[in-house]
Amino acid sequence: MNFALTEERQMLQDSLRRFLRDKYDTKTRNAILESDSGLSTEIWSGLAELGVIGALFTEEQGGFGGKGFDLTTVFEELGRAGVVEPFLDSAVLAGGLIADLGNDDQKENLEALIGGALQMAFAHGEPASRYDLTRVTTTAKADGDGMVLNGRKAVVVNAEAADMLVVSARESGEAGDADGISLFLVPADSKGLTIQGYALLAGGRAAEVTLDDVRVPASARLGEAGKASDAIEARVAAANVALCAETLGAMETATKLTKDYLMTRKQFGRPIGTFQALAHRMSDLLIEMEQARSAVINAAGHLASDRKVRESQVSAAKNLLGRAGRLVAEEAIQMHGGIAMTQEYELAHIAKRIVMADHRFGDTDHHLERFIALAAA
Amino acid sequence: MDLSYSDEEKAFREEVRSFLAEKLPKEMSEKIRKGEELGKEGQERWHAILNEQGWLAPNWPKKYGGAEWNAVQRHIFEEEAAAAYAPRIMPFGLSMLAPVLQKFGSQEQNDYWLPRLLTGDDGWCQGYSEPGAGSDLASLKTTAVRDGDHYIVNGQKTWTTLGQHANMIFCLVRTDKDVKQQEGISFLLIDMETPGIEVRPIVLLDGGAEVNEVWFTDVKVPVENLVGEENKGWTYAKYLLTHERTNIAGVGFSQAGLTAVKRIARAEMAGDKPLIENPHFAARVAKVEIDLMAMSTTNLRIISKAAAGTAPGVESSMLKVKGTIIRQEINDLARRAAGVYAMPFASEAVEGSNAALPDPLAAGPVAAQYFNNRKLSIFGGSNEIQRGIIAKVTMGGGA
Repeated sequence: MNFALTEERQMLQDSLRRFLRDKYDTKTRNAILESDSGLSTEIWSGLAELGVIGALFTEEQGGFGGKGFDLTTVFEELGRAGVVEPFLDSAVLAGGLIADLGNDDQKENLEALIGGALQMAFAHGEPASRYDLTRVTTTAKADGDGMVLNGRKAVVVNAEAADMLVVSARESGEAGDADGISLFLVPADSKGLTIQGYALLAGGRAAEVTLDDVRVPASARLGEAGKASDAIEARVAAANVALCAETLGAMETATKLTKDYLMTRKQFGRPIGTFQALAHRMSDLLIEMEQARSAVINAAGHLASDRKVRESQVSAAKNLLGRAGRLVAEEAIQMHGGIAMTQEYELAHIAKRIVMADHRFGDTDHHLERFIALAAA
Repeated sequence: MDLSYSDEEKAFREEVRSFLAEKLPKEMSEKIRKGEELGKEGQERWHAILNEQGWLAPNWPKKYGGAEWNAVQRHIFEEEAAAAYAPRIMPFGLSMLAPVLQKFGSQEQNDYWLPRLLTGDDGWCQGYSEPGAGSDLASLKTTAVRDGDHYIVNGQKTWTTLGQHANMIFCLVRTDKDVKQQEGISFLLIDMETPGIEVRPIVLLDGGAEVNEVWFTDVKVPVENLVGEENKGWTYAKYLLTHERTNIAGVGFSQAGLTAVKRIARAEMAGDKPLIENPHFAARVAKVEIDLMAMSTTNLRIISKAAAGTAPGVESSMLKVKGTIIRQEINDLARRAAGVYAMPFASEAVEGSNAALPDPLAAGPVAAQYFNNRKLSIFGGSNEIQRGIIAKVTMGGGA
């Protein structure tokens, strides 16, 4: 047993934490939230230079990490600082799928991605798919030497900033079938591609993406025709591990702010943390924090395991983080009182990051059902 | 024991229902249903419609132009209004300040201010909380020093809801620093146009700016704007707070919210079936519904005691705690139900160019409402303060 970070990861954690502490305070972030693009290219390239994106890929893929604990090291720090820049969507998901399935030509994109020069998005979910990864109705049909894509993708994070989208589409079968789903690399300026963007409540931007007879060459397909489902599931597992780590980092900030506040804020002539009713609730949050940390470790440590073990651990983590995250966010706000309702106070954004993470790649209930189903399988 | 309403009460409900069907503008209820801002003009328009009917001030005596409804009638109105997605009545002037004036104000004050409340000539906001005085309200520091015919007011108020729309503010101010905290507070009516007042909006976590900071620098307030006696303001404030707690359970809001949750969950698909048929989600909804059914009866039990003339005591605190827990749970369900479509930022996704977003979003900015309504358990005496009151009243010593 050894729960310590390796020396490399420890260094990455330290430099990342220092960088974000210096460059990503509440005021800076609130300005990013209000900007038209919803992200800072300066922060993006600064973090890329620091190796944040490289840490998410293996050496073979052009990075220097790529394991579960590399993801958690990076994303815990991003979460701690409430970073809204879309590393998850651009790198872990879209970039990750290219790394997993792409041919040499397609993988050439990774160098620019890891260097911070290329932005990507993963256009997969659809208006009626909710959290079901196989509910793809967007179609891909052969036409001459190319493919024609038609359909609509929902809440595609980072679609507007992306140079290239990884789009899922069905070549055979019906919505709900794992078989028949393919992935395509689609340049953002493709004819027939419409991107209708909006800001997200917890920061960043997403879009409704409509594909209306979008033509791509057959060489735009990632991997085999109709066989992308397993890779999507595995990449979403990695994304969920990253998201859980990000949520854990945000929860740490929330509990730290609350603890500090309870010890300094005075009402009725004494620090409110000396009221037992609040002190016990703070203790409960700290207990849940340890649970959350262990769940993230479990999931990260099993990211390379067999499917059933991997998915069970990921669903367990997502369920636990969903529950513990909600408790921490709500209790942190409640114990602060009114101040936590204001956007200029750090906790407001952090609480939104925590709660809204439950709306990505399956919520608490979805993963509870999945955990049960996997155990029965 | 009889759980049914009397014939008179049923007839009253019918009257309210047909009034709402006839007089509540459709575009207004649609806005409320979608969780959009009504705006100052919309709010004033609704007040005018109610005033024409004589229903704008349900709890005032008839002699002042009120409806003089009892607690059961008020409850019926609130329930029907929520079900019809009517805007709420702005409480600050009508149901918070007015009862204080009627009980403690001078005849001149009542004659001047009450009619203006009904006609909408004045919009009021509340100056209670301060940065250092939230739950511990009596520790407030804003001072008022007598100088001839005026008080000179200095200090800062915060969480002033809709202060940007108000032309008047009623304030708790310190007029004596040398006595016990509660004994040096006075109740002042202040014109927001007076030089030395500055209103700064506070941007909330859901993006809205409904609350403000209000700064007072050497603000001159005529002494005739003192309500009641100097240094007796704490008594009036406590009286006001009991009125703030009418409809404290928010049963109508919860019922309307639960209906909205079910509507979203019927439209949203989870796999092959509507989310409403998903056993885990259905169980969450059922549990809240069971709680709400019971609380609704608790509320009625207390209301019927109040209608019979017994002032509610510790029960108000119990309703505040349970009522806000239930409302917040319903907000949580709405957020869950909307799935990925809870993520878009409310104002941008629901309005304007993105009106094409699919059905779940038409239910309103559910995640923004979830965050905004975290305030329910914080303001008006936080749930911690309420629990303290319950413990103190029922066990003497308190927690």
